[in-house]
Amino acid sequence: MLEHDVLIVGAGLAGMRAAVAAHERGANVAVISKVHPVRSHSNAAQGGINAALTDRGDDWTDHAFDTVKGSDYLADQDAIEVMCSEAGDDIISLEHMGVIFNRDEKGHLGTRAFGGQQKARTFFVADFTGQAILHVLYEQLMESKVKVYEEWFVLSLIIEDGECCGVTAIEMATGRVYVIRAKTVIMCTGGVGRLFEPSTNGLIVTGDGMALAYRAGAPLMDMEMIQYHPTTLKGSGVLITEGARGEGAYLLNKSGDRFMEKYAPNMMELASRDVVSRAGQTEINEGRGIDGCVLLDCRHLGEKLIKERLTEILSIGRDFAGIDIIKEPIPIRPGMHYIMGGIKSDIDGKTSIPGLYATGECACVSVHGGNRLGANSLLDTVVFGRRAGHHAAEVSKQMEYKKFDVTSQIKKAEMDLQKLLDRDNVGERWANVRTDLGVEIDKHFGVFRTESGMQSLKESLTGFKARYDNCSVQDKGRIFNTDLIFTLELGYMLDCAEAITLSGIERKESRGAHSRIDYPQRDDDNWLKHVLVTKTAEGPLLTHLPVTITSWEPQERKY
Amino acid sequence: MQVNISIKRHNPSAPDNNTYWEDFDLSMHDTASVLDALIKIREDVDGSLSVRCSCRSAICGSCAMRVNGHAKLACNTKLSDVIDADGRVTVEPAGVMPVIKDLVVDQTLFWDKVKQISPWLQPDGPEPEGEYIAPNSAMMDLAGVMNCIMCGACVSDCTVLEIDKDFIGPAALAKAYRFVNDPRDDQTKSRLIELNEKTGIWDCTRCFECVEVCPKGVAPMERIMSLRESAMEQGLDQTVGARHADAFTDSVAHSGWLNELLLPLKTFGMFNLGAMMGLAPIGLRALLRGKMPSIFHRSVPNVHRIRRIVKKIEENE
Repeated sequence: MLEHDVLIVGAGLAGMRAAVAAHERGANVAVISKVHPVRSHSNAAQGGINAALTDRGDDWTDHAFDTVKGSDYLADQDAIEVMCSEAGDDIISLEHMGVIFNRDEKGHLGTRAFGGQQKARTFFVADFTGQAILHVLYEQLMESKVKVYEEWFVLSLIIEDGECCGVTAIEMATGRVYVIRAKTVIMCTGGVGRLFEPSTNGLIVTGDGMALAYRAGAPLMDMEMIQYHPTTLKGSGVLITEGARGEGAYLLNKSGDRFMEKYAPNMMELASRDVVSRAGQTEINEGRGIDGCVLLDCRHLGEKLIKERLTEILSIGRDFAGIDIIKEPIPIRPGMHYIMGGIKSDIDGKTSIPGLYATGECACVSVHGGNRLGANSLLDTVVFGRRAGHHAAEVSKQMEYKKFDVTSQIKKAEMDLQKLLDRDNVGERWANVRTDLGVEIDKHFGVFRTESGMQSLKESLTGFKARYDNCSVQDKGRIFNTDLIFTLELGYMLDCAEAITLSGIERKESRGAHSRIDYPQRDDDNWLKHVLVTKTAEGPLLTHLPVTITSWEPQERKY
Repeated sequence: MQVNISIKRHNPSAPDNNTYWEDFDLSMHDTASVLDALIKIREDVDGSLSVRCSCRSAICGSCAMRVNGHAKLACNTKLSDVIDADGRVTVEPAGVMPVIKDLVVDQTLFWDKVKQISPWLQPDGPEPEGEYIAPNSAMMDLAGVMNCIMCGACVSDCTVLEIDKDFIGPAALAKAYRFVNDPRDDQTKSRLIELNEKTGIWDCTRCFECVEVCPKGVAPMERIMSLRESAMEQGLDQTVGARHADAFTDSVAHSGWLNELLLPLKTFGMFNLGAMMGLAPIGLRALLRGKMPSIFHRSVPNVHRIRRIVKKIEENE
């Protein structure tokens, strides 16, 4: 019997940080991931990680305020206080683990400016910060000899008497189904970017954890808050780091004007992401773009700086757009990038289901509210990953493994898979349905939204679900059957789509990333609250929770 | 753009004849990558094609495979750069590692080698309260190795690993460079002692394949050469490889060119009878074909100028 005190689903930054933390506390830890840990999408975080270090004249309360304001006052301020006050220690412990980080002239950690913040407090490794941290956390995992179930795909959470006590999963290399028993399970599965077409997210980002928790009865919160990144590459939609603007790059429209002057005269290109994305999209919509794009201009930064600090986008420009960013501006447009919402969890990662935790992008603590600040996502993963790992390890010391019928769990999972494989090859392909769904959701749930658009999306979801139920899996084998896995992922994405659409229709105001043309103003009287969706036997149930306000009363948001 | 993509497939579930080539004719966008073509096949043509991929922007390292016989990331390889005049290109799984299915290989060997070099920072003494102080230049040098995405392209095409699976290999040795040269790490000497053993830094034949195929510019071979220098600087000069390097330098410094007769004697040791016996057939064949170097090794004309160069280099070091 496979069993662990703490079982972590997902091996990105949140997952591995949680694993290292739980291992430190003496728990029997395992990580289960559908890809090898270093393939996780945390890799794609380019620009950096925020922290206010007091020894360089910064103050965590300033960072907290910038985060609160960035969130358009939807984030819970007690959670933000935890994240920002603990940030410094977490950056230092990453450095001690071996993250290299760029330095200043004196050999201390160096910083760069990032959007929506009054101070340069973003620590970075050139423009591959996520990868640099991810690989170091994997080094720690190798040292700790924590068990990793590599390329195992989770099929369901096992809930007994209302408590989470393990998972069923398929080992991709063999196609065999297993039950892994666990005292605590931490979901660290990341976002749901592939629901959108296009998206900056990798193909593995399919909302698995959110859907698994949703199916198990945990509420999803703030799911309407989808971040569009202001600068994604024309065509492929590959991410161009905010670090470029942090280093001083301009945004230009077709006349060569720095259009941010109109939208955010003080912060210009470094306003919050929702603000910059709306500005870019407005320029494009009103005919001041070029071929559906605006331009990101790095030319004046000079070759030396670009080659030292923006190496990754230098090669992205060359490899994916055929341009030399030292000599030419980059055609970019806002693109789907991140989801602020997720599994409702608290500052220790606990969800509404005992034994089930969630951290990182799949969770909603909430520290990002209506709009996440650039470089706060990595911080979120390491602070709350660590906290969840510690908490789950301590709690599991007091617990016994719960008894449940393992054989019937395996049998049921096997039967479900076999049914899927046995479908005749006459049905539609998962890829068709996914692409159509992605285009549809991008059309109605983009930078700007309307009631009629979201209602039509809601109606079309019924059709998409029916099409999904008729999908056939062409690969009938069991060994490394990705056709089967992708079909299951589409099922997860459809659950997320339901929660996103319903939450979007529910929130009748414009706040953060949720910009409604029919309700253009923020409405604190009615909507200073979270929207939650819970799956019930009678269908999805919408509820609300108040926003926790500690020090910062809502005020008008200007950049 | 019309392409004919020929894929080496492997279906482990089929009873026999389970490795075969299959051709697909596709119509692709002019800027499409090899990965775009593979995704199109698995989505629209044949769902049973297995390939690992995620980020599509050369950062996750999932999609290393052989394109026209050489390891590449499928995602940042443009079809237009690799198709021949008839629009043809071949794709097969990465080498050295066993195939699981189609383009998916078992990377256990790859990771075992990484684990072999104790790939985590090992400072001595208590941690400082704040960060370690380190020069930016040292960190940026390490960044050139830290941006290795562990895709395995170098391991796939390493000509040593192809015949000797015990070699630690380019990716793991590049990773070792990162720790040996990290100013925060205090195990430099013990790491070098281990790397100096058989299967380590001296087993690289300097064929340049890893430098050629690395999609991130990590240049593993150059890191290995640097590790060799570090090992010799640490006084670890009694390996065959180190003595070979020394014998080379000595000979050129003395006579201006290589004394091929003395080289094996100095490398293996004059009294290493076993090695000398092993070399005897080669010597004999060289003799028969008139290629035996003369036992009188003359200096090149103007050798003093070469000695001056050598002296200059030594002074600069």
